[in-house]
Amino acid sequence: MFHYLALAAILFSIGLFGVLTRRNTIGILMSLELMFNGATINFVTFNKYVVTDALLGQMFAIFVIVVAAAEAAIGLAIVLLIYRNWRCIKTDNYGVMKW
Amino acid sequence: MTDGSQVGVIFWFLSFVILISGFMVVSLKNIFYCALFLVLCLFSVAGIFILLEAEFLAAAQVLIYVGAVAILMIFAIMLTTDMASKEITQTNENVTVGVFVSVIFAISTILLIDKTSVWRYQDHDFSEGVTVTLGKLLMTKFMLPFELVSVLLLAAMIGAIVLARKERS
Repeated sequence: MFHYLALAAILFSIGLFGVLTRRNTIGILMSLELMFNGATINFVTFNKYVVTDALLGQMFAIFVIVVAAAEAAIGLAIVLLIYRNWRCIKTDNYGVMKW
Repeated sequence: MTDGSQVGVIFWFLSFVILISGFMVVSLKNIFYCALFLVLCLFSVAGIFILLEAEFLAAAQVLIYVGAVAILMIFAIMLTTDMASKEITQTNENVTVGVFVSVIFAISTILLIDKTSVWRYQDHDFSEGVTVTLGKLLMTKFMLPFELVSVLLLAAMIGAIVLARKERS
């Protein structure tokens, strides 16, 4: 169990690094997917090894996957909208949207 | 009663692939190669799910992540094609801080996992089959979340269409 949790933690950290350092918005979204996967591995591991109601962890993992899919669709739509307006999707420019 | 501390060679192979490809996703300069490595990483995570006796999740992972989300990413990269050239730097000035934060986070989390001993280990036997049980649970105990998440998906679909369509002017 320790191995699986450690793998999930390292995967989450890699995703965190990507979110912090990417300049391309699509890169940030891809790193977010890595973080989601780390969390999902945790849910499934706890479901297998720790006392719970039957299959609660896997059920939650399914909902995580669904919400991640919705998030990716919305996020990429927003990215395309920004690209159409500014011809650029670097995160440096988003400060313009402050008021 | 086992804490699953014995892992096989398949686990080591899969985790090696996951970590290497995950690192490639966040570090490569070419964003298109990043997307391809993301596919490899998500596929290996599906293998980890099979090791954890979550066959349905593994199938869903391959179908939704590898089949839909990664393809969506690749489409978006191709539509924003002049953002993917090698001359544009893909990382911002926070690289040092990012390495620091993520390494600290990883080390502290792993230490925390190692020190925690309050978990009560129990081997579940999924004799009926995971997929059958999941389907029954979705239609009985988790009916309301299931319906809510379908409404969420519908809203996300409509929202994506509304956001991405061309303005009529």
